[in-house]
Amino acid sequence: MSNRLTGSPAHRLRLERVPSPSRGATALVTVLSFALALLAGGIVLALAGENPIAVYLAMVKGAFGDRNGVAEVLVKTTPLLLTGLGVAVAFRMQLWNIGAEGQLYWGAIFATGVGLFVLPAAPGWVLVPAMIAAGLLGGGLWGLIPGALRAWFGASEIITSLMLNYVAILFSEYLVHGPWRDPGAFGFPGTPPLPAAGWLPNLGTTRIHLGLLFGLIAALLLWIMLRRTRWGYEIGVMGENPRAALYAGMPTKRTILLVMALSGALAGLAGMSEVAGIGHQLQRNLSPGYGYAAIIVAWLGRLHPFGAVLVAFLLAALTVGGDQLQMNLGLPAAIAPMLQGAILFFLLGGEVLTRYRLTRVIG
Amino acid sequence: MSQHLITSSPSSSPITSSPQHPSTHRPAIAMRDISKRFGTVIANDRITFDASWGEVHALVGENGAGKSTLMSILAGLYRPDSGAVEIDGQPVHFRSPRDAIGHGIGMVYQHFMLVEPFSVAENVVLGERRSGVNLETARVARELTALSEKYALGVDPQAKIWQLSVGEQQRVEILRLLYLGARILVFDEPTAVLTPQETHGLLRNLRGMAGQGFSVVFISHKLDEVQEVADRISVLRRGQIVATTTPAATDRRTLARMMVGRELADFVARPADEPRAEVDRGGAMLELRGLSALGEKGLPALREIDLEIRSGETLGIAGVAGNGQRELAETVTGLRPVTAGTVRIDGKAMTNRPAAEITRAGVAHIPEDRLATGLIGGMDLSANAILRDYGQPPLCHGPFLLTRAVSAFTDRLLTANDVKAPGRWTKLRTLSGGNQQKLLLGRELAGEPRLIVAVHPTRGVDVGATEAIHDALRAQRARGAATLLISEDLDELLALADRIAVLFAGRIMGTIPTASADREQIGLMMAGIESREAEVVMDV
Amino acid sequence: MSDFLTPTFVISVLAAAVAAGTAILFACLGELITERAGVLNLGIEGIMLMGALAGAGGCIWSGSAWVGAGAALLAGAAMAAIHALLCVGLRANQVVSGLALTIFGTGLSAFLGRDIVGMPPPSSFRRIDIPFLAEIPILGRILFQQSALVYVSIALVVFLWWYIFRTRAGLRLRAIGERPEAADAMGVDVARLRALYVVMGGALAGLGGAALSLGTNPGWTEGMTAGRGWIAVALVIFAAWNPARAAAGAYLFGGVEAGQFRLQTAGVDLSPFFLSMLPYLFTILVLVLSTREATRRALGAPAALGRAYMREDRG
Repeated sequence: MSNRLTGSPAHRLRLERVPSPSRGATALVTVLSFALALLAGGIVLALAGENPIAVYLAMVKGAFGDRNGVAEVLVKTTPLLLTGLGVAVAFRMQLWNIGAEGQLYWGAIFATGVGLFVLPAAPGWVLVPAMIAAGLLGGGLWGLIPGALRAWFGASEIITSLMLNYVAILFSEYLVHGPWRDPGAFGFPGTPPLPAAGWLPNLGTTRIHLGLLFGLIAALLLWIMLRRTRWGYEIGVMGENPRAALYAGMPTKRTILLVMALSGALAGLAGMSEVAGIGHQLQRNLSPGYGYAAIIVAWLGRLHPFGAVLVAFLLAALTVGGDQLQMNLGLPAAIAPMLQGAILFFLLGGEVLTRYRLTRVIG
Repeated sequence: MSQHLITSSPSSSPITSSPQHPSTHRPAIAMRDISKRFGTVIANDRITFDASWGEVHALVGENGAGKSTLMSILAGLYRPDSGAVEIDGQPVHFRSPRDAIGHGIGMVYQHFMLVEPFSVAENVVLGERRSGVNLETARVARELTALSEKYALGVDPQAKIWQLSVGEQQRVEILRLLYLGARILVFDEPTAVLTPQETHGLLRNLRGMAGQGFSVVFISHKLDEVQEVADRISVLRRGQIVATTTPAATDRRTLARMMVGRELADFVARPADEPRAEVDRGGAMLELRGLSALGEKGLPALREIDLEIRSGETLGIAGVAGNGQRELAETVTGLRPVTAGTVRIDGKAMTNRPAAEITRAGVAHIPEDRLATGLIGGMDLSANAILRDYGQPPLCHGPFLLTRAVSAFTDRLLTANDVKAPGRWTKLRTLSGGNQQKLLLGRELAGEPRLIVAVHPTRGVDVGATEAIHDALRAQRARGAATLLISEDLDELLALADRIAVLFAGRIMGTIPTASADREQIGLMMAGIESREAEVVMDV
Repeated sequence: MSDFLTPTFVISVLAAAVAAGTAILFACLGELITERAGVLNLGIEGIMLMGALAGAGGCIWSGSAWVGAGAALLAGAAMAAIHALLCVGLRANQVVSGLALTIFGTGLSAFLGRDIVGMPPPSSFRRIDIPFLAEIPILGRILFQQSALVYVSIALVVFLWWYIFRTRAGLRLRAIGERPEAADAMGVDVARLRALYVVMGGALAGLGGAALSLGTNPGWTEGMTAGRGWIAVALVIFAAWNPARAAAGAYLFGGVEAGQFRLQTAGVDLSPFFLSMLPYLFTILVLVLSTREATRRALGAPAALGRAYMREDRG
C-alpha cells in the first residue's frame, strides 16, 4: 500500500472554479456544443449505415434550400419560441416545468372551443383576441395545477407537470375522436374547421402566420419584465436563493403560482397559434413534442428571452431538416430530437469549462 | 464523571499500533514547502511545519490564514500544489483521506464528519478499512463501549448522531479516531462549539494524549487556550508561517500582533467590566412571552421563552450551537412560525406576522449564514444591495425598477461601508467574507432600525472586519437601537452585550448583567446546569 | 357488474398487476439506488426506451430473450454513463442532464429502432410455474406463476434491501447520498461510487424496458414506455427510498394498468381515453400524498440528493 503512495509524484489535471465565466467563453461553448453534437450524431448515423454528410446536406437543403424551406423553419420557430419562453421563465425560478406540451394542448383546446362553440359567428377583431385570451387561459390554468401542488403540498412539479402532459394529450384525443369530432370528415380525426374569421393572417402566400409576431413580442415583454421590473427581480432572487427571498419577505408561494401560470399561458398561446395559424382545427398529433424541445430552447438560450429566439430558430431548422429526411430519404424524423438531446449534453459538459478551469498540478 | 481521558499507561492501550513514547521529540509529521492555491487565492505559501510525538503543537492564525487548508492537506483531503510531507521520517503522497488514515492521521474537523441519520457504530464502520460484507455493528459497538469506558468518553455506540449534542458528537469523532488507530490527531478549532467547562476537559484530554505519546496538532485562534495547552505554537499569517515559539517565550499580545501583523488593542478580549456608555433607555422594543417554536425535524426547538430588550440595550444570547439560537432569530424576524406565545415589537403584536411586515416595523436581521440566507451569491452587488428596499421609492416606480437609482443606491452603500469590490456588477460570491458581511451589515443598518437581530455577526470574518462590525453595532446601540445578539463567542458577548441570557435546549437558563457575569457560571448554564450551587463539574 | 368481484377475477387482476408492475419495479429500483447515492436521474424514461429497444433488438438478433435482457442492461448502463460523466464527473445540472437523457433516448431509440418496429421477438419471457410454490392457493397464482423476469425482480428487491441496510457496501452507498464530505473524510471514494451506482441504476432501468418489450408488450414500438419511467421516478418518493416499498408501489401501478384493461374488456361505460389517464392521475395523487407523509414524518430524501460534491470546491 505505502509503496504505491510513496511512488514518484505525477502530473495531474484538476478542475478549478472560475468566479464568473466570460461572455465570450459562454458563446463559444454554445457554438461548440452544436458542432460536437452534429459530429457525434454523424458517428451514430455512420454506424447505422447512413452517410452522415449526405444526411446533413439534405437537412440543410430541406431547411434553407428554398423559400418554402425557410418559411417552414419560421413556422416551426413559432411554437418552439413560445413554449421555450414559458419554460425559460419557470426555469429561472428553478421551477422545472416540463409540462409545456400539455399546456400547449390545453391552449389549443380552449382556443378551439371558443372558435367553434362560444363565438362561432363573431368577426375577426373579436374572435382572434378572444381565442388568444382562451389559449393563454387554457395553458395558464393547466400550468397552475403543478404550481399549486408544489406551492401547497411541496409535490415535485417535474413529475406532476409531466404526468399532466399525458392527461392533456389523452383528453384532446378524446375530444377529436368523440364529442368534437367533425361528423363530416372521414379518416383523420379532428374537429370541424374553425370559422375563417378566427384564422391568423399569413405573411404573403407562405404559411408564416401572426403567431411568429406573438412570439417575438412575448420575448421582448419577458425581457423587460425580467430585467426592469420588481417582479423580474423577485423571480431572479427566488431562483438563485429561495431562502434569501423568504428573508426579504418575498411572497414565494404566490410567485410560484403566477410563474407557473405565466409559463403555461405562453405554451397555451403556442397551442392557440398552431390551431388558428396552421391547422385551423384541433387534430391529433397537434405537437410533435414542441413542449419537450422547449426545454432545450430554454437552456441553450441561457434562460434569456433573446437567446430563446435564436435557439428556437436553430432547432426549427433542425426539425424541418429532419422532416425533409423523412420525406426524401425515408429516414425517421427522430434524428432531430436525437441531435437535440446530444446538443444539450455537449452544452452541459461544455458549461463546466466556463465555470471551471483545467489546471495541471504536481501531486 | 470528573475522571477524564487517558490516565492509563500506554501499554494498556487497545490501539493496535501503539504510539511511540515521547522519548526524543522525533518528528511525527514534517511538512516542507507546502503551497496550495484556490483560484487566485494563495492559501498556503511555501509552509514548513512539523510536529513531534508526544507534543501538542498549536497552529494559530486568523480566519483565512490557511490553517484549515494546511491540515486538510495533511489529512489527504486536499492535495498540495507543491511541497512534501513526511510521516515518521518516511515521505508520503496522500491521494485521499483513506491514505492519510492508513498512516495514522486522524482529523477532527470543525464541521464534524459524521453522517447524521447513522448510529455512532455505523459511522465508525464507515471508516474501517476491513473488507467483508456484513456490517458487524454489534461487534464494533462492543469494542466501542469498551474503549469509551476506558477513556471515560461516555459515548453510546447505538445512539443516532442527530440525537447527540455537539459536545457528544465531538467525543464520537475522537472515539472513532482512537478506534481506527490514529496516532497523529489534528483538531480544527475544536473549542469553538464547546462550553467553557467542556473546553477545559478537552484541553486536559489533549495534554493526556500527548503524554501517552500521540502527536497532537491543535488549531485555534483563542490565544489563552493555546497558551494553556501547547508545547509549541506556530503562527500563520496570509498563508505563511511567521513564527514558531513556545508559551513560555511569548504572551497573548505578542501572538495577536504576529497573527494580525499590527497592534490591535481590541483583539485580546476587551475586559468585560469596562464601563459602558450609558444610553437613554426607552421602553421594551422587543418583548417575548412564552414563545415556543419547532425546529427543522418538527421537534420543539424553543420552549416558553420570555425575553425583553429595551431601546439602547444589547441582549446577548450565549449557548452551544443547536440549542435554539437559529429558531429564536427566525421566529422574531417572521421566518419561522410561532407555535405558542407572543412576539411584541415596540408594543405592537407581531406574532406570526409576515417577514416583510416585521422588516417594515424597523427590524434588521443579520442572519446566521450570510450566503445561505442574507445574500445571493450568484447575483451582482446591486441585486444584493437592494434586497430590502427594491419595493420602495426611489428604487422603483410602479412595477419598474429604476436602473439609475439602483446604481446610485448601490454605489452609496459600497462607499459608506468600505466594501472593497471592483464594481457593482461584480458577482457577490467573489467577495471576501469580510466584505460580504460589511455589505450585508450596511444594508441592514442603513434604515436606522429600531431592533437588530444579529446572529454570529463576525463568524468567518478577519480581525479587521470584526473590529468594523463591532464598532457598527456599538454605534447602533448608542443611537438607541435594541439589539438581540446571538453568538457562540463568549468574548464577543462580553464585549458588546449589556445582559447575557443563556439558551439551553430551547429554554432560557437565566439572564445575567454583563458587569457581574462570570465565565464559569455562564459555562455551567450553557451545559444546562441552572444554579451556582451545582457542584457537578462537566467534563468532556 | 356481478362477475367483477369474483375471487377468480381479483386474483387474475393481482397476478396481472405483478406482471405489469415488473417493468416499473426494475426502473424504480434503478432510480432508487441512484438517488441513494445522491444523484437524481430524470433520464429513466429515455433509458427504459433504449432498454426496451435493445431487449427486442437483441432478442431478434440472437433468438434468445436472455441475450435481449443482457443487451438491455448494457444499453441502460451506457445511457446512464453519460449522466454519470456529466453530473458526477463534470458536476453539470442534474435536472437538465436527466431531461436531456430522456429527450436523447426517445430520439435515438426511435431512430435506431426504425427497422424493427412491430416485429415480434422470436422468444420472450414466458410464464414458468415454480414447482410447489405455484400450488399455494391464491399467492401461488399471483406470485409464482409468472415469468423469469418477475422472479428476478422479486429476488432483486430482497437482495437490494439486504444490500442497502445490512452490508458495508450499502452503508457506504447511504453515506455518499447523505453526507458525501463525511464519507470522503472516512476514505470512501465518493465520485467513483456515485458514478458506479448511476451506471448500475441505469442498467436496471434498461432491464425494466426489456421487461416490456420481451414481456408484457412484446416487440418494439416508438415511445412504448408511455411515461413508465417517470412513474418510476415518482414511486421512489412513495417508496421512501426502500426497495420493499418500491415493490408495493410498482404492483399498485401494475394493478391500475391491469385493472384498466380489464375494466375496458368488462365493458365499463367510460371512454378508453379516460381510462388511460388513470395511471398518470394516480401518480400525481400518490406523489402528493407521499410528499406530505414524508414531510410530516420527516423521512426525507438522501440529504445530499441532487448536490454535486467536489472536495476542493471553494468559493
